[in-house]
Amino acid sequence: MRKYTPKDNVQGKAYHTDRFWVAPSVPRTDASEDAHFAALLEKIKESIAVKDAYIQIGQMVVHINPEDNIAALRLVKEACDYAMCTEISAVDYLAQEGEFEVFYQMLNLKKAKRIRIVTRLKEGQAIESVVPLFNSANFAEREMYDMFGIVANNHPFMKRILMPDDWEGHPLLKTYPLQGDEAASWYEVDKIFGKEYREIIGAENRDPSKIDRYDTKRFSRVGYEVPFDADISEGEKETPIEYSETLLVNYNKSSKQLDERR
Amino acid sequence: MMQQPNKLVPFFENLNFERDDNTMVVNFGPQHPSAHGQLRLMLELEGEKVVKAYPDIGYLHRGIEKMAENMTYNEFLPTTDRLDYIASTANNYAYAHAVEKLLGIEAPRRAQAIRTMLLELNRIISHLFFIATHALDVGAMSVFLYAFREREFAMDLMEDYCGARLTHSSVRIGGVPLDLPEGWLAQMMTFLDKMEHELEHTYEALLTENRIWKMRLEDVGVIDAEDALSWGCTGPILRGAGVQYDVRKEEPYELYGELDFDIPVSDRNDAYGRYMLHVEEMRQSARIIRQVMPIYRKSEPQLMAHAPQYLSAPKEEIMTQNYALMQHFVLVTQGMRPPKGEVYAPTESPKGELGFYIKSEGEPYAYRLKCRAPSFYHTGILQKVLVGTYLADVVTMISSSNIVFGEVDR
Repeated sequence: MRKYTPKDNVQGKAYHTDRFWVAPSVPRTDASEDAHFAALLEKIKESIAVKDAYIQIGQMVVHINPEDNIAALRLVKEACDYAMCTEISAVDYLAQEGEFEVFYQMLNLKKAKRIRIVTRLKEGQAIESVVPLFNSANFAEREMYDMFGIVANNHPFMKRILMPDDWEGHPLLKTYPLQGDEAASWYEVDKIFGKEYREIIGAENRDPSKIDRYDTKRFSRVGYEVPFDADISEGEKETPIEYSETLLVNYNKSSKQLDERR
Repeated sequence: MMQQPNKLVPFFENLNFERDDNTMVVNFGPQHPSAHGQLRLMLELEGEKVVKAYPDIGYLHRGIEKMAENMTYNEFLPTTDRLDYIASTANNYAYAHAVEKLLGIEAPRRAQAIRTMLLELNRIISHLFFIATHALDVGAMSVFLYAFREREFAMDLMEDYCGARLTHSSVRIGGVPLDLPEGWLAQMMTFLDKMEHELEHTYEALLTENRIWKMRLEDVGVIDAEDALSWGCTGPILRGAGVQYDVRKEEPYELYGELDFDIPVSDRNDAYGRYMLHVEEMRQSARIIRQVMPIYRKSEPQLMAHAPQYLSAPKEEIMTQNYALMQHFVLVTQGMRPPKGEVYAPTESPKGELGFYIKSEGEPYAYRLKCRAPSFYHTGILQKVLVGTYLADVVTMISSSNIVFGEVDR
């Protein structure tokens, strides 16, 4: 029996985990521990619903509702000097919670402080683009769309950025396969002839650079011509035709050999 | 842009046609010698003037972030070499720095000194490369040859340290793998003296006051502070717009907090100002390395942090002590498991702010790793800066932004 792999997360897994092992957590401290962050959080809370806020590894993380993203970013940009949005991306939690986590990494250049504004999106839910506030979102949101399929509404050019335009699927989803489909060479055969003809028809050739030495239909044999569609699996017959010397150069032999010159 | 070719509409790899509104679409790249890799730039031209620029990227996309989700933390480190391949140690360090912050460990002092020196040496290598290719793109061929001569010396130093010239992997999570080889510091001193001498008497003498150089660079590729902040530009582009922000100074890591160095700023906003910044930053890097040398000499010989839960013990201990061997076995076969949590750790790479966002779910694989690459955003701003400039200045702007496509496409 084939090993069961969950379809909602096909990524690499640890091959062994101790039964009693519990992952510790990075400590979170309250936002009130840092004067700057505390004041900032107060300001955000005045107008925006904050679901959770804490400091983790020197940066404040603020969880908000996805509808408030523009308002929150405008507030921290205009009132709190967070002039740069250095990164926008997402984390795939579809398997666990059916949600994406989208984060906006903000930088205050005057005080050298960073915060991360985090929001959760349901699958298929779009988020409002923040390009009117930060042009850096232009590329970042396109990448987020390309990698996760999260659409940013009112983005000036919501298209794929890294993958080709006609690509199927979004590579950073946990459901995205890590390898090609090994059964793919049978799909066309099954569709056209039916599964029972597999042995007769054989697997479809999906390698465009494949060369079959005995295939006299699709491949020519320069210098050793045989009739079209002849069976040469037993070795080809001698042909009385003489060929041009230029076609039959022996590349293994060097043209300048000392014994020949003598 | 995906084209659907048929007999009536053949496939044009290079779109180049007159349009009704008298503009012309020119496809610049993806194989263009001054596109610095695989940049495809679709330019709409009105005569010689660019009216619309559209950078098309992704030709070097290898899915490095996806690979990070399927590799243990130590396995992924050599992959970071392939981001900004001009200065790999900067990527290695940025990644190791983020993981160390997640683990809550700090490298020992000698490792910090070595890392700081390597980072600055990489900055010099990258900036030499910048000056070389920038001059080459603008048309000054000889500077390219001179700068590569010095870069060769610097690469030899890297090779002496880690054995590789381009893909260094010279940093480990928790420290550095090796101590500096015999005589490395003396060679480094020789290199710094030579580099500073050449900087003043060759590159600067050839370029800085050169009439053609100035005509080609001054008031070209103007990025003001507002644009730079809005488009997420960092590093020399941000400082070239008059904003004094350097992660080394503002959010110091490694030994930068205790070193004495200046952050050059230029308020010229143009390519010439950014060129001058790069030259000055190389001097500052040399200054930093000179200051770190005595710190290195005074430090204890320990190279890796002591964190048995996450890092293997030194080789002698592994070979002599059973418990260290067991730890090593588990760490190698299963990989380290950082605590649950997320971290974003910025560093100042030669190109700008290089940061890694890592989300850990307590597994040996990162749940999500996002590489915040400076060149990605510096490519984005091209669609703003190039509009209104002349076609001849497009190349100057691309080389002045110093983008590297390993980092843009990841």
